[in-house]
This record gives sequence, structure tokens and C-alpha cells, in this order.
Amino acid sequence: MTVTSDHDRRRHAGVAVPESFPNPVPRPAAELEVLRRAWEQPHGWRIFTAVNNTYVGIAYIGVALLMFLLAGVLAVLMRTQLAVPENTLIGHDLYNQLFTMHGTIMMFLFAVPMVEAIGIYLIPNMLAARDLPFPRLSAYAFWTYAVGSVVFFGTLFFGVAPTGGWFMYPPLTSYVYSPGVSADFWLLGIGYIEISAIAGAIEIIVGILKTRAPGMSLEKIPVYCWAMLVFALMIVFAFPAIILATLLLELERAFHWPFFIAAKGGDPLLWQHLFWFFGHPEVYVIFLPAAGIVSMIVPTMVQSPLVGYRLVVIALIATGFISFGLWVHHMYATGLPQLSLSFFSAASMAVAIPSGIQVFAWIATMASGRLQFNTASLFILGFLFIFVLGGLTGVMVALVPFDWQVHDTYFVVAHFHYVLIGGMVFPMFAAFYYWYPTASREALSERLGRWVFALIFIGVNMTFFPMHFTGLLGMPRRVYTYISEMGWGELNLVSTIGAYMIAAGVALFVIDLVRKFKFSFEENKGNIWNAGTLEWLSTGTYASRSIPIVRSREPLWDQPRLARDAKEGRYFLPGAPTGDREALITSPIEASPQSILQIPDEHWGPFAAGVCTAGFFYMLTLKVLPVAALFALLAIAAILWWVWDLDRGPVRGPAEIGAGLSVPVYVTGPASHVWWAMAVLMLVAGTLFTCVVFSYFFLWLVNPAWPPAGTELPHLGWPIAAGIAYAASSLVIAWSSRALTRAPRGSPWRMRLPLLLAMPLYAAGAAVQLMAQWQAGVGPQDSGYGAMVYLFASLQLLFGGVLIIMACYTLVRSALGMQDGIRRGTFDATMLFWHYSVGQGIVALVVVSLFPRAVG
Amino acid sequence: MQRRRPSFAPLAALAAAGPLALAGCNSSQSALAPRGPHAGAVDTLTWLVFAGGTLIFLAVMLLLVAAILLRRDLTAWMTGNAFIIGFGIVFPVVTLTSLLTFSAFSSRALVTPAPRLRIEVVGEQFWWRVHYLDARGAATLVTANEIRIPVDTPVEFILKAQDVIHSFWVPNLAGKLDMIPGRVNSYVFAASEPGVYRGQCAEYCGAQHALMAFHVVAAPQAEFSAWLAQQTGDAIEPATPFLARGRQLFLDAGCGACHVIRGTPADGLLGPDLTRVGSRLSLAAGTFPVNIGTLAGWTSSAQHLKPGNLMPSFGNLRGAELRAIAAYLESLK
Repeated sequence: MTVTSDHDRRRHAGVAVPESFPNPVPRPAAELEVLRRAWEQPHGWRIFTAVNNTYVGIAYIGVALLMFLLAGVLAVLMRTQLAVPENTLIGHDLYNQLFTMHGTIMMFLFAVPMVEAIGIYLIPNMLAARDLPFPRLSAYAFWTYAVGSVVFFGTLFFGVAPTGGWFMYPPLTSYVYSPGVSADFWLLGIGYIEISAIAGAIEIIVGILKTRAPGMSLEKIPVYCWAMLVFALMIVFAFPAIILATLLLELERAFHWPFFIAAKGGDPLLWQHLFWFFGHPEVYVIFLPAAGIVSMIVPTMVQSPLVGYRLVVIALIATGFISFGLWVHHMYATGLPQLSLSFFSAASMAVAIPSGIQVFAWIATMASGRLQFNTASLFILGFLFIFVLGGLTGVMVALVPFDWQVHDTYFVVAHFHYVLIGGMVFPMFAAFYYWYPTASREALSERLGRWVFALIFIGVNMTFFPMHFTGLLGMPRRVYTYISEMGWGELNLVSTIGAYMIAAGVALFVIDLVRKFKFSFEENKGNIWNAGTLEWLSTGTYASRSIPIVRSREPLWDQPRLARDAKEGRYFLPGAPTGDREALITSPIEASPQSILQIPDEHWGPFAAGVCTAGFFYMLTLKVLPVAALFALLAIAAILWWVWDLDRGPVRGPAEIGAGLSVPVYVTGPASHVWWAMAVLMLVAGTLFTCVVFSYFFLWLVNPAWPPAGTELPHLGWPIAAGIAYAASSLVIAWSSRALTRAPRGSPWRMRLPLLLAMPLYAAGAAVQLMAQWQAGVGPQDSGYGAMVYLFASLQLLFGGVLIIMACYTLVRSALGMQDGIRRGTFDATMLFWHYSVGQGIVALVVVSLFPRAVG
Repeated sequence: MQRRRPSFAPLAALAAAGPLALAGCNSSQSALAPRGPHAGAVDTLTWLVFAGGTLIFLAVMLLLVAAILLRRDLTAWMTGNAFIIGFGIVFPVVTLTSLLTFSAFSSRALVTPAPRLRIEVVGEQFWWRVHYLDARGAATLVTANEIRIPVDTPVEFILKAQDVIHSFWVPNLAGKLDMIPGRVNSYVFAASEPGVYRGQCAEYCGAQHALMAFHVVAAPQAEFSAWLAQQTGDAIEPATPFLARGRQLFLDAGCGACHVIRGTPADGLLGPDLTRVGSRLSLAAGTFPVNIGTLAGWTSSAQHLKPGNLMPSFGNLRGAELRAIAAYLESLK
């Protein structure tokens, strides 16, 4: 069975199955064995070394699901406390921990990791790639997250869980009003776990842009992958803001740098701007992947392609852009000028339009086929019901005067639970039911599934619908109790009963999930829904035996023999020319084959580095500095250990992949995946730095004098000297790169000498930048100004530390003959980051030294 | 971090002295019962968006059901880009633009005329300090947790925070506005009907955010003026030796380090001014009614009743001493 609707047939009439395949059959007997051996997965206790996306993805999904359950238990506890007025079951301190942990875990440790984990699991298969381009990086991201999350949750059992609410507004969360370590657990714990989100985002961006199956041009990318591409780019631009915010607040708490203390020229609102600049896009970061999931499941369930593919893709991109212009709608009640409120109000409404486009695209798709009723499609329908309702209340809260009434009340609690449960949790359940057969020998039970759906759907509406009224009747959020005279008792009791229904539904789901999980690569249940996309190709540990040529959006519908032909090895790269793991690198737009990527295999490094990174941050939280330092060194060592056997260079000449195409197995520069990853990493760093510059200007605006009265600007000679040192370090590296390009086989000292020279130059620049403020008599604890200028200097020092590690690593590899003018990936990565850091330093000098003179 | 769990159990003991909370004062805290032009305008907007939202929701669900259940020839019109563009772009653009215009229009209606009374309210963990200001901005009266205003008179509320961020919200009268350290927010609104309106902190502010409420009492101008005149000046002298003993015990226990009772040596500024505490509707920021029982219970067990607030529990006072202090405080009308 292939194509089912007339509409569909018309649409793809032009596509012809190729007469000839890239590779002839039968394949040489040994080929499959080499491929199989290269992709052999670890067993037993070596499972901790697994880096393959299927393993990491499933483990990642598992931990994210665990966090969902744990945070859900916290919610049930809270609902129990609120069931009746003046309840004494849970005290204020525990309750405040519960709601802080519930929100924090659901947002940071469940929703984002879950959508990212599903992406790590699905994306390579949808693209018919063998793996993600940086499997060890995703394994590291997973271990960092897994260890960090479990420890973070554990703080509850020691009574030191944070109590500041998931948005942690200072001054409540600063050292005066939150002494002790509980707020530090939040700031350091959540701050660093975001590293894993960013690592995953880099992985996903490079994976989608560079490892698609040949022929899968932008027009043919599955909508889910489009959604994940926008998702990952949003992480790149949004998460640095929260990382910076947590860094600033931790500096304030640990060293009393007054970024948020009004009496010292800081401002509590700076936190809110940074937090919501991250926090609002975060909502769409969670929703877009879920929308992508819906756009995959609906066409399968109606057996007809998605109507309005281009409109949906445009809507996804538009959501990404608009969502960065909405953050102030969480701050309507802070007393901002009316004019800016109107702008953000309009933007907040505008973001409803791309969601509307998608909703009607799904309805149109359902109208063009025949919907099969099963648990997955029920969850999709439930999603539409709940999400549309939540979207409409979202338009309401976008209205400034209305928001002034309902802000921080149970109305808002109702609204965002409708949006997040509707917009993310329901599609997630649909995804479990839908894609489960790709991982397990058995599908989930449809009989139990009906119960699961009914309990959760009714439960969600019963819990959250009454809250709209509870809020309008005056009940603020984040209250551990309320007095009976307020008349909120009945509505709260209904909500609590609903919460127990949800819990029952989820419990039933988990039982089924565990009962039916029989993991298998090759004998999974398979394409039981007759879906059209490549993740349903029958796969081995090496994913698809050969990488198919993609000619439409639903290749399995349009090329009925595709699965068999791919498995027989008729398509590209049916073997493993280097004898190791490989993927096909294709061009970003047209997806034509460019090179073979040597993919790293399993290693203890990511696990060790993940555990040590968690150890470092948590020891830092507990202020056990020697142990923290030890963990930091171990983490760095583990990372260097795992990257050591990467950048292997041209281990063999160009390899035949089929259709007469011969592609190199080692490339550098913009053709290499490392170059792309560095580019994304620099976007992350650049966004972080932009947020620092924003913070500087923000504090300038709220301070009457800048620098504050009695504070001197350093003499101009200092920043000029620092700038010259920075620029010189960059110049020698650039010279080195040119020399290596011109004569790749020349003396190795043309790489080593410049690196040796550049390190002291950069260090001198950073030292002068810091000294300039110190000799001018400015201290970081004196004022918001002082804290800002030292932040700029500290950032340069931090980046300098990274540069020196990278440079020394490159030097060692050069000394051992593992880096030269041809095999220069490590050098290139160092160079890119070097130029970026120098550019950042020079901008910092201009902002700190010239700007106050220009305005003063 | 062993903190005592708060408990309402001692309230059972207090029940004899007075009903829990403010059952008697018939206050309201609802955005759906507007008693001022500000809340009224939002109420109108609320019902409008509710009605509109319900219609749109039903329409979308109807389209969804039609898309699933109708015969395919009847749904053909729904299967193209025109359908998506019409419902997904054109319709929301038109609706949202009109809504935004209407909302801007109603925001404008919220700009009230020049205020005739200025009151500074300072949010503190976990209560409200209230200053009535004269024309020059000097405080003419300092009180706490209760704001009396004349009806039909635009009042400017000058909102500040002492420690962390709080939010000032009286749903029956107007929406909320934050109190942020280092910033001064100002808000003008009026009550159109006499009555007691409850307000509550709407920005999470720490341990006892849940129990940080206050009352706004709107009264006719004459009644308000009389109240204001009565509230200023020194506290009344104890009328009986028992009350005088209460005052002495109050001072001896060191209560004056944090509380002001004008006309006595008590001049501490950390806690609420108690000069007329007996005349107030509530104790502990809208948590209990004011009577001898609650005053005694609060003095002896403030940390038990509202753990984490700045008032220590005076558990060392004996029953008779507590009764005298409470009776004295209750007499301060």
C-alpha cells in the first residue's frame, strides 16, 4: 500500500523511481559485515560509553520522562495542599520549594530536554543519516543533564531546594533575602544544565543542515526537522540570556557584585529583562518541536500529505522571529511606559497568527484524507482542543489592561498550563504512541491508550479550566494556602480532583510503556501506520544500510520499493570505506553529497566529563572549592581525552560512494562539520556577549551618573594598549593560517610559533583590560558600574583560559605530528574561536572606555 | 534548614475570641465585581474577549469536527491553501487588529483625572506600610495594612518596596502594579461605591506571600474626613489601670523597638505603626480580625501563625500579661 488519496497521486505524479541505482546488487559479501562491525554497539556495563543517537536518544527520553513524573508528583502534592482552605498538610517552606521545583523541572529539566531528546532520537533517522555529526557531544550533553537533574531533584530531600519560584526574581533570590545554598542550587544547577541544551542545539543544526539524504533539498525536509532547526536556532539565541542572568546573580550572591541591587546602581528589572528574553522564546522552543510532531502524525493518520507545507514552514520560522519580541508581556505590571507596552501587546497578538496557520493546515489535512481513530490521533485531537483554548486565553492576557488584572493569578496558571500541556505534553504522548514501534518489538496498547487519553484529557480540563475563574475571583498564584472566606474552596477542590485524574492517566501510561518496551534495532514493530518518511525505513545499528536518494516529502509513499532497495544496498554508501563509522555530508540547500564524515564511536570520555562537570558545579554550589577544582580539571581532561582521536585527517584517499561519485573522507574550512559547529558556537557566545552589552546599557539608563560620582574612567592609554595586544594575537594566528594554506607541507613551526606568540599577547591584552579598572580605583563590589566593567574583563579572562587550553592542545597535536597544513581541523577551530574572542574584547573596550566619554 | 511548619491549629484556640479571618467584614476580592471605573473598564473588556473567544473556539472546533466527519466532497473547500490563508491569516489579522484598537481605547479610558489624594504604599515582607501625603509630599498619617479612601475620588497610589518585589492589587478597583526596590510606580484609580475591598500581594515575595493582604475601605467623603481627623494625633491614654498595665508591659517587653505608638516612648520603625491598631479591620496583613484573642495569640505566637515574618514570638509572656497587652492594643482606636 503506498499512496492513498487522489490528491496525493496528482501531487507526486512527476516523481519517477530511478531506473538505475547508485550501486549495483548484489553487494560484495564482506561489505555488510564491515558496516555491521563498525556500528557494533556496546553491551553490558560498557553501555555507559554508548554515543549512538538511538541509545543516547532513548536514555535521554527516559530521564526526561522521569523528570516529568517527579515534577508531576510535586504538582499533585501542591494540589492536595490547596484542595481545601487553610490546609495544614504542607507548610509554607516546603510548598514554596514544591512550586519552585515543579516549574523549574517542568520547564528546564523536562520540556526542553524531552523535545531535544526526541529530536536526537528521530532526526538522523528522518534524514537517513547514520548518526548525528557529534555523537560524543550529545552523549556528554546527556550525562551532564542526567546527573545534574537527579542531583537537583535530590535537594528536595535535604530541605535545600530553592524557594525563589521558577523565575527567581531578585532581590528575593539574592544574598540578603535568600541566604544559604538553596538559590545557588538553582543558579549553578540550572545554569550549567543549559550547556547541554546548547550542545544539543549545535548538534541538531549541523545535523539537519549537513547530513541529509541526497536529494532532500530544503523543500523536502520533513516539517519536524524544520521545526527542530528553528527550535535549535532559538536555543542558540535565547539560552545565552538565561546563562548570563544566572551568572550575574551568582556573582552577586557569591561576591556581592551588585548587578540587581538598586541601592548600589543595579536594578532588579535587569534580571526580568534577561530572564524573559530567554523565557518567552522558551515557550516556543517547547511548542515548535511539538508542532513539528503534529505535522508528522496528522498526515500519516489521514494518509494524505500535509496541506500547506510551505505555509507551515514559514509559520515555524515566523514564530521563531516574533517570539523574541514578546518578552515584555511578562512585565506589563512592572510600570513600564504605555507606549512600549502597546508595542509588545501588538507583537504578542501577532504571534497567534503563525499558530493559527498551523492549526488550519492540520484541519485542512484532516479534511483531505480520512482520520484513523487511535490513541495517537486522539492525543492530536486533544492537543487541538486544549491548545486552541490556551491560545485564545493567550490573546486575552496579551491585552495590557486585562493582564493587569489576571497577571500572577490562577488565570495565568490556567492559561500557560493549557498552552504547555496542550502544546507540548499532548503531542509528546501522541509521539510516544506513534513512534514507539520504531524502538520496540511491540506497540503500546490501544485498549489502555483510550483510558490513558480519557483520564488525562478530562483531568487536564477539570484541573485547569476552573482556574480561570479562581484567578478572576482574586486568587494569586504561588500561595501555599488561602482563607476560607475567600470562597475559592470549591473551585480548588475540583482542580485537585482533576489533578488526581491526570496522575492516574499518566501512571497507566507508564505501566504500559514499561510493559511493552522490548528494545530492538532490527526487529522493531515497524511501520504499522504506513507512514511516508524515512525514520520508518527498516534499520540496523548502522541505521539505513544505504543512504537513499530522496525525491519527495514522503519517500516511502512515493517510492514503494525504497525500503527494500535501501536495505539491499542499492543506494549511496552501502558500506564503510574507512572501516569505521561514517556519515554522508551533503550540501545545506540541495543536499548533494560532498564528503564522508568520520563519526566517532563509543568512549568513556563523555560519561566521565558529564559526571565531572556536574561534580564541579555542585561542589562549587556547596563551596567545597578544592574538590570543585579537581572536578573541573578532570572534566577538561575527559573532554580532551574524547576529542583526542577525532580530527583524524585523510586516513585514506577519496572513497567511492556510488553513482561514480568519489568524495573525500577529510575536509576542512566551511566544508567541514567542525567549522559549522564553531560558527554556531560563536553565535552562542556572541549572543551572550550582546546580552552583556545590553545589561551595561540598561544599567547606564537607570543610573543618574555613569560612571557613578567619584569614579574615574581609566586613562585611554590602557584600553588602547589592551586593544593592540588583542589585535596582534589575532594577526599572528591569521598569518599562520595563510602560511599553512599557501604551503600545506611547509615547516610545522609556522603553526607552532604563532600559537606560542599569540597566547602571551592575548593574556597581556586581558590583563591590561582588567588592570585598567583596578588602577582607576574601581572595584566590582562598589556599584553596578563596577560590576559591569569587571564582568567584561572577567569574560575576556574566561575566554582566554579556553583559548590557552585549545592552543596548547593544538601545539601538542602538532608536536606529535597529528596537526599540519592539511590535517588542520583542530587548528582551524582554535583560530575561529581566537578571532571571535579578540573581536569581543575589542568591542568590550570600546563600550567600556569610549562610550561613557562619548555620552559624558 | 529546619523551619517550623506553619499551622492554623492555634486558631482553633482563638476561635472563641473571634471568627477566623474577616467573616464579619464582608470584603470582596474579585475582578468580576468591579467597584471602580478602572476595574469596570477591564470587566467590560473581559466579557467581550470571553464572548469573542468562546465563539472563535466553538467555530474552530466545528471546523475540526467537519474536517473529520463530513463526506469528502463536502470538505473539498477546506483542503487548499486558500482555507489556511483565510482562517489562519486574514481572520486573525482582522480580529486581532480590532481587538487591539478596542483595548487601546479602553486603556485610554483608564487615564483618570488629576488625583485629589495621594497615598504612598510601601510593600514589606509581609505587610503594607501606608503613608497619607500632604501637598508637599510629607506624611500626615502613617498606618498599615488598611487604606481608607473617599468614594468617587481619584487617588494616586505611590508604590514602593522596602525589601523585595511586591505587587499592589485590589481586584475590585483596579489591576495590579508592582512595587520594585529602587523604583517608584504610581497608579491613579477610584472607588465608585462605598465598601470594603480586599487586596493581596500579587508578586511572590517569600515565605508568607500567601498571607500578605490588606483592605481598602471606601467611604463617603465626610465619613473619610472624619476618619482621617480621628486617626491623626497621639494614641488615646489607657482608661483603666489594667490597660495602663498593658501599656507598661508592651513597653517593657521591648515592642517599642519595632513599633510606633504615638504619644508613648514606642518609636520603632521596623514594624507597623500601632497607634490606632484597635480600629483596624485586620491583624497580620489581612490574616486575622482584630480582637483581644487574636492580638494575644499573635503576640505570643507570631512565628507559629505566620512563620518567616519579622515579628518574633513572645512566648515568654504569661497569660495574664498577654491579656493585658492585647487589651491595651485593642483599646487603641
